[in-house]
This record gives sequence, structure tokens and C-alpha cells, in this order.
Amino acid sequence: MTGGEATSLDPKINRPRRTRLQGALREILKAPITAKFGILVILVYGFVAIFAPILTPYGETEIVGPEFDVWGEQFILGTDGLGRDMLTRLLFGARNTVGIAFITTCLAFLIGGLTGLLAAIYGGWLDQISSRIVDVLMAIPQLIFALMLLAIFGTSIPTLVIVIATLDATRIFRVTRAVSLNVVVLDYFEAARLRGERIFWLCVREILPNITAPLMAEFGLRFCFVFLMIAALSFLGLGIQPPTADWGSMVRENAVLITYGDITPVLPAIAIAILTLGVNFLVDWFLHKSSGLKDGH
Amino acid sequence: MNRILLMVLQRFGLGLLTLFVVSIIIFVGVEFLPGDIAEALLGQGASPENVAALRHELGLDRPAHIRYIDWWAGVMQGDLGTSLANRRDIAELITFRLSNTLFLALTAAVISVPLALILGVLAALYRNGIYDRSVNIATLGAVSAPEFLTAYVLILYFSVKLGWFPSLSNIDVNTSFIDKLHQVTLPAVTLMAVILAYMMRMVRASIINLLASAYIEMAHLKGMPKLRVIVKHALPNAWAPIANIIAISLAYLVVGVVVVEVVFIYPGLGQLMVDSVSNRDIPVVQACAMIFAGTYILLNLTADIVSICTNPRLLHPK
Amino acid sequence: MTNRLLEIRNLEIDGESDEVWHEIIKGLDLDLDRGEVLGLIGESGAGKSTLGLAAMNFVRPGCRIRGGTIRFDGQELTEQSETTLRKLRGVRIAYVAQSAAASFNPAHQLIDQFSEIPVVHKVKSRQDAEADAKDLYRRVLLPDPNGIGYRYPHQVSGGQLQRAMTAMALSCRPDLIIFDEPTTALDVTTQIEVLTTIRDIVREFNTAAIYISHDLAVVAQMADRIMVLRYGELVEESTTRQMMSDPKMDYTKSLWAVRSFKKEAETAATEINPVVKVDNVTAGYGEEDILKNVTFEIHRGQTVAIVGESGSGKSTAARVITGLLPPRLGEVQFSGEALPKSFKSRNKDQLRHVQMIYQMADTALNPRQRIRNIIGRPLSFYLNLRGKQKEERIRELLSLIELEPDLYIDRYPDELSGGQKQRVSIARALAAEPEFIICDEVTSALDQLVAEGILRLLDRLQREFNLAYMFITHDLATVKAIADNVVVMLQGEIVEQGPKTDVFSPPHHEYTELLLSSVPEMDPDWLNELIAHREKHGVMTSTSTS
Repeated sequence: MTGGEATSLDPKINRPRRTRLQGALREILKAPITAKFGILVILVYGFVAIFAPILTPYGETEIVGPEFDVWGEQFILGTDGLGRDMLTRLLFGARNTVGIAFITTCLAFLIGGLTGLLAAIYGGWLDQISSRIVDVLMAIPQLIFALMLLAIFGTSIPTLVIVIATLDATRIFRVTRAVSLNVVVLDYFEAARLRGERIFWLCVREILPNITAPLMAEFGLRFCFVFLMIAALSFLGLGIQPPTADWGSMVRENAVLITYGDITPVLPAIAIAILTLGVNFLVDWFLHKSSGLKDGH
Repeated sequence: MNRILLMVLQRFGLGLLTLFVVSIIIFVGVEFLPGDIAEALLGQGASPENVAALRHELGLDRPAHIRYIDWWAGVMQGDLGTSLANRRDIAELITFRLSNTLFLALTAAVISVPLALILGVLAALYRNGIYDRSVNIATLGAVSAPEFLTAYVLILYFSVKLGWFPSLSNIDVNTSFIDKLHQVTLPAVTLMAVILAYMMRMVRASIINLLASAYIEMAHLKGMPKLRVIVKHALPNAWAPIANIIAISLAYLVVGVVVVEVVFIYPGLGQLMVDSVSNRDIPVVQACAMIFAGTYILLNLTADIVSICTNPRLLHPK
Repeated sequence: MTNRLLEIRNLEIDGESDEVWHEIIKGLDLDLDRGEVLGLIGESGAGKSTLGLAAMNFVRPGCRIRGGTIRFDGQELTEQSETTLRKLRGVRIAYVAQSAAASFNPAHQLIDQFSEIPVVHKVKSRQDAEADAKDLYRRVLLPDPNGIGYRYPHQVSGGQLQRAMTAMALSCRPDLIIFDEPTTALDVTTQIEVLTTIRDIVREFNTAAIYISHDLAVVAQMADRIMVLRYGELVEESTTRQMMSDPKMDYTKSLWAVRSFKKEAETAATEINPVVKVDNVTAGYGEEDILKNVTFEIHRGQTVAIVGESGSGKSTAARVITGLLPPRLGEVQFSGEALPKSFKSRNKDQLRHVQMIYQMADTALNPRQRIRNIIGRPLSFYLNLRGKQKEERIRELLSLIELEPDLYIDRYPDELSGGQKQRVSIARALAAEPEFIICDEVTSALDQLVAEGILRLLDRLQREFNLAYMFITHDLATVKAIADNVVVMLQGEIVEQGPKTDVFSPPHHEYTELLLSSVPEMDPDWLNELIAHREKHGVMTSTSTS
């Protein structure tokens, strides 16, 4: 006998074996239209962000025409209040706004993910202290906290990134801690601990590979949140500062045009909404696939 | 009953403690302020005497813990200090604006909370149907749009094109209720769009979770009518999650007002805070932050207490 | 009027997973007469529960009835409206679920959940329903039948809830009750009581029943006729007695075969020093002591079985030995030397010599590691094997657990069956070259045949490597098959220990007797005889404090 109770009737065992890449491609082809839209949006935005200087006809802060010029052949989307090309600034915005949000989210994951993981593994006082700190930090609404800190430390991009990453790390801490705890109670983790494995192995080989799915979904959600938060702060004039092209502040700078019935000022806002929607669609599908971590939120 | 009272008191104490810690954070934060407020306020060219005089006036020459205690003593008596920007009494400055903000948030809440509950429950009941799928896409869309997008689109149509509502709020102490309601419509709708979407998604998720319970299946297998299953079997177990969702949403509302108030130049607390941050008017920022944080803590506390008071395990101890 | 109550023909039910529909029930027929008890037997995934629920024309979300007919008392259920079906459910067909604790609504008193059936269906008034509830509570032998109904589910023990649910099913005196594994979640001694109650009450009211279980011995006590299912298809069907005495199909025979495996001879202790000695250990969580002054030892080449019901402290004993739970008092000795209390202060060699095999092979193997890495890690970690040497040893270990190395070495755990996963767990333990292995309920999650294969393998390895085993189990059949020594535990204390032959032959300790006699046997008359015996001798019948 070769442990051979597996029979042809058990579909799980006889399925054809594929590489991960093939599997991922298959999944994407099978995905609903919303998820495909999400992937497309992310690819396009990424492309624009990387190649912004090549794609744009003018410089990011270059004054090239009259103020508030209408849509036309030379300036496809017109110009802003200082006579800078709208399209150029919109494309550069992809680099600045999205880039900063992405870096912030990564930093937040580094802080929150690491502490969450360690809190879950060590437990005890480390877990208690970090959890209580997070409780208190989360008792203050994030935007309000950010506003306060920006009032204190002033508004510059590094401050912005650090402040928001720190505040957002609290939620990532909670999620990482929770999903890691689900692994920590499992027998294979206990087996590794009893084998005498060190913390690095436990994190990298036992826990992380088993929590990547929920963490990836969380990354999408947190990115959306951070992105909207930075856009809001910039819109309020407290985020990314001029003359850097940024979608939030572009809306604010050109808001006067709205009263004339011109939709140009909302274009950057639409750009924000489309990316957020794309990521949300993708996360929604992803959560549906890896079923049941949480539905919505 | 005693155990519940004890737990409620415990939560209450915890809430107060949190508020206390938050006040320290808010207060201590200022101590890290790079440079000196007095210098910053008076500008580079100010004479050292003037700076010293202002420092004394602001109490900056006293130790931090004394100022902190003084600050609390003031707060207890309704004295929040004076604004650095215009030397006005902060309590006075805030009262009117706070009432405006509450009016805006309440208008949005009164409509969106019941609506979100009903629509969310419907989405859960007709899960994976056409209605549910379109609700999913629509709510994701609403959650994805920044508030200022919604706000400007509303202004573009209902204010600029149709002229039904003002694009800027013009509210003072003498504005009548009806007029206020008219002025608050677009800001409130903007807030509702987001809050409704958030709540519906959460309500849907928690109801689906609830309906998957074994005791709900049992109720069906006992031949109970659908309505009875919902009202008698699901609802009594739904209060805790629903209270939680409402608290989270209202807390979100409180914060969401900031952007909306700025777009519509609505004279509320959020706008005041944003202005004060730009001016680095720290005492006002502190006061606003305390009010926002206090509301937030209070809302979460309420949700906690509702969960405790509706938990059958606690209501009927062994 | 015909005597036929339920007639299912060519039933096909599909289930959805990952947006793909696959068959769960593949064209099954089922007949049931009035007052008859039909047993549905099968391993997990056989479709028993789905078929049981289909008798009420009810499918769980994510399932659908694709074809077939369900005729109940002359009515074709698949053609009825939801309202008609609703009026049938609870009134003429009732359901008793596996987990009573989850199936009672936590927000309402038991009697409210009882009364709502007759009241909503307009069978009885509220007052009559409550009076009837108390009467039925008395008949299912619930303590304090007049008062217990006013309790909430969380205030009542699991066994009692299961009785209350049986009473609730009877509230409208249905023609048919579906029992879906009603005793699976209960301890053996509690199981007996609930089984007796169910059987008596079903007879008393002459109710027809479908009794679903994976435990053949249990079904044999309850059913007049048995259907054996596998992968949604019927394997065999006949009366209970006929099936017990003369099963036709190979699969059925394999289920029937009482564990044919038996360890060859008992091994007596050869050395003075035991491999492991648990010396006067008291341990627990928080304030509570789960283990109280426990002492036992395990010698080389020996298997010691720790037997007890849930809460007896048998798993806690394992946690103390592995060092996961440092004891409050006493110590654990390894080859005569005291082990540090916490695994954190043990050195690599001490860790290496105590290995563990878990109950759930699904969670015992990291799903993100290939078999190569799972087995290879202890080799490089403890024994510093690298490269070719390591590869060869992994292959050797795979051959040892009877898995073809070329076929399995690069697989992930979810590409293995349950039994194969358990074999890999064993290989991982062996890779450390230990002297002592703790086996925590290693066969209880496995189907009968597979479990036996695992026991044989463990036995062979023990002889080959002179290993000491500590076998934690609640399954006395396993104990009888493999143990040299037995330790019987009850509420944290050892009630009896010694060589298997001594413990298992009379005279018994009172609790051992209760435990032994409560294990269902493959004999349709077993329950009757047991009850008669217990009534006659008035022995202890329960350990649960109600």
C-alpha cells in the first residue's frame, strides 16, 4: 500500500498541476468585468506615473499660456490659474499623488505589519502594550489627528508621509495581528516553535506565506484610504504643497471655474475616484475569491 | 443586572481614561512644536522684549505640567483659552460653529442611518441578485469618490445649472430653520453619499453573517415564516453589530464634515480647524481636536454599551 | 392508506464552489415507512446531511436540487410552494441538528423556542404548548422539567440541549424526524444517555426517523434499516441485522470490520529508567488546575495510552511534556534527567527527542511548504544535513511512511489526502530521530480504513526504531489495539493506570467501567443489553454535573 486511499473520485487530489503564474492568469481571465477594469486602471495609472515626463507635452510647473485658457488644440484640457497646461499637470499628478500615497502605504505596512506580527508571536506584555497604544491612537479620528500633527510639524511631504503612515499603521497592526493570531494557534506553528525555530523563521517561513492573501487585500484597502486622505489634505491646502502637481490641490486651485459651469476642476477628482474604484473592485473580487475574511467595509 | 452595570461602568471609566490620554497627546504634541510660537507669531524682526511679553501672556514661560493642569481647569469652567490668530475667546468662537456642524451632521445622519439599514438589509436578503450586485457596484463607487468630487458635481448641477440650492452656505445666528435646511441640503447630501455607502456595505456583511447562523437555519426548518425569522430570530442578535456600525458611521460623519465644510464654506467646526491649522493657531486646533476626539470616543462608548446591554449571555448569567 | 411515508426517487443535488457546480447527490432513491428508523451512514462528504435535509425539500445556500422527486405522504414536495413546505416543516417533518448549542437562538428561552412551533403553526395555544413542553422535557429526562425551559441556551449543558432539541422536534408530533449526527459533539458517556432517550422517544411516539451518523455502531443501535452512502451514491442498503451479519460490498465490509489490527505482544519495560516520567505534576491555566498531582512513566519501545473524556486533562498532559505549559508543581524527566519546564529553555537535543503528531493533519502541516521542506527542515535544523545527504534522507523517510518519493516530494499538503497528510506528519516527527513521540488523537479525524493504516505504520516504526509513544485518545478501540499501558483520567486526576490487560479486565474501577461500557459496539442489541444491565446493577451513569 502506498498510502493510496486517494481515489479518482476526490477531485482535489487529481486536479492537473499548474505553475502559480498560469494559475494567476487563468483566474484573471475568469474574473468578473469589474475586476478586469480594476487591473486595467492600475496598469494604465502605473504606466502614466512612470512615463509622465515622456507623455506630457510641457514641463510640470512650466507656465505655457494664458490663465484659465479653455480646452483647445494646443492645451487639450486648457490651462490653470497660472497658465500651466492642465493635461501635463494631470499626468504628473499620477506620479506625485499616487506615488506618495503608495510610499506612505508601504511605510505604514512596514511599521504596522512588523509590530502586528511580533505582537502576535510574542504575546504577553509586548502585545498588551502595543495593543493599548494602538487603542488610544485609534480613539482619535485619523483626519483630525493628522490635521493636528500637521499643525504642529508643518506641512512638507516627508512630514505628511510619516504622519499618515504612522496613523494608518494602527489599523494595519490590528489586521496583521489578527490574521497572524489565526496562524499562531495552528498546529504547524506550534510544531515549528517546539522544534526550536527562531523568530525570523517563524515570521518569514511559517506566518507570512499564510497571511499574504488577507494582507494583500488589506494593502488595497489601506492604499485607497491613504490615497483619499492625502487627496483630502491636499485639497484642504495642508497636504502636498504647490507648485508640485497634485490632484487634490489642483481641484482646490481651480475650484472657481465650477461657478462658471466648467468641469475642468473636477477632472483630477475623477482621476482619483477612478483609481480608488479600480483598486476597490480588485480587492472586492480578491476578498470574494479568498472568501470570507470580511465582506465589504 | 449588577454584572452589566459593572461592565458599563468599566467601559465608561475606560472611555474617560482614553479621553484623558488623548488630551495629554494633544497637549504634549504642542511641546514638540519646532521653534517658539511667540516668535513664529511675531515674525523674525520682533524684539526680544516683545517675544518675552507674548510668551508670558500665553503662559509659555511656565512649566508644561502646570499649563496642562491650568488648561483642564479652564476647560472644566468652559474656558478654552484665547485664539492666537484673532485673540478671541475660543469657547465663544466654537459654540456657534459647533452647533452648525452638529446640525449638518445630524441632518445627514437622520436620513442616511435608517435608509442605510433598510437598503443594507435588503441587499443581504436578496444576496447575489441583480439588486445586490448593482448596490455593490454603486456603493463601491460612492466610497471611492473623494467628498470634494461629489460636492462639486452636486454644485455643478443643482447650484450652477439648475440654481436650486446655494453653492456657498451663508449662515449666521439669525438664519431661520427652514432657510438653514435649504442651505444645508447640498453639504448634507454630499455627506450622505459616502456614509450611506459605507453603512450599507457593513450592514449587508453583518446581516449575511448573522443569517448564516445555525439557529437561523433551524428557524427555517421549524417552518417559521420569513418575516418572523428576521424579526424574532435575527433582529435580537443584530443590535450589537448594528450599534457598532452606526457608531462607526457617525464617527466617520463627524470627520467627513471637515472637507465638506471647506467646499461649501460652511461655518462649522471643521472649517475652523482647517483654518487654524493653516494659521498654526494651536489653542484653537487643540480645542477642535478635543471636541472631535471626544465625540468619537462617546460614539464608540455608546456602541459598546449597547452591545453589552443586548447580549443575552450577560443579561441572563448562569 | 399506504404505509409509505417518504419516497425519494432519482434525487440529484448540486453544490457550488468557486462558481462551479458539482454533484453532491448523484441520483439517489430512498424509501421510508411510517414508524421506521432509517440509518444513513457514510464518511465526511458522502452527502448524508444533504440527503437528510432534502427529505424536507430544503437545501443549504449554495446547493440546488437538479432533478428527482420527493414524495412525502403522497404529496410531491418538489412541486409545492414555499408556503406549503413551510407549513410542513416543524409540524410533520422535524429536524434535530448536530450542534444544539449553535442551533438554539441565544436570545430566547428554550420554552419560547419550543412553543413557537405549535403556536405559529396554529396547532396548540401558547398555554397548551408550554404544558406540553414541560411534559416532553420530563420524558426526555431533563432535570427540573418545569423550570429548565425558562433558561437560555447558554445556561444549559450540551447534552441537555441535545435532549431539549429532541423535545422541540416532537412539539407538533411530527410523522418524521431527521436526526443529523445528534451525538457526535458529545462525550461517550453523555452520548449513551442521549441515544437512549432518542430511541425510546421515537418508539414511544411511533415516529419515523432518518438517523444520520458516521459512526456505524451508533446507527446500529438506532436504525431498523441502513443505507451506506459514498460520494453521493448508494453503496449498499439492507436491514440493520442483515447488514451487520452479512455486508455485501467491499466498502461496507471495510467499515464493518472491527479493527482487525492488534499489536503483537505487549512490551514489558526493559530498562529501569523510563524515557519519560511525569512526576507529580500539577498544571493549569489561570487559577484553575487542569492536572492534579499526575504521575506516570513511559518506557522505551512502549505505548502508553492516555484515556479520558473532554476536560479530563489528557491534552494538558501533552502540553506539559512538550513544555508549552510549564507545570506549577512537579517536573517532567527525560531519561532520568529533569527537563526545563518551558520549551524555550530546552536545548536542541532535548527538543529533538520529544516529537509530536497532531490530530488534525490539515492544520499540522504548513500549507505553503512542499513536502520536501516540511520533512527536510528537522533534518537540517537538528542534524545539519545538507544537499544530497538531506535529499536522500527525505526520500528514505518518504519510503518509510509508504509514500512514493518521486510522486510526493514536491507536492503541497493540499495535494494529499487526509491519511497521506498524517503520514507526512509522522515522517516529520521521525526526521528528528526522536526517542519519544506524542500522538494526540492521531486517528480520530480519519476514516476507519485509513486510521487502521496509520496505526499499523506507527506500530511498525515503533518496533523498527524502539520508539516510546504516548497515545492520547478518547477512542477505546484504538487503545485496545495499540496500548501496552493505559492511564485513565477524569477531571485532571488519574483514576487508574497499569498494563492494558489489568485495566481492561474486571474488576474495573467504577469510572473505567462506565467509560468501557459506553463505547458503542457493532451489535444492534448492545444498547438494550447495556441499559438492562445498568438498571439492574444501578451503576454510575454519568460524570456530567447537571
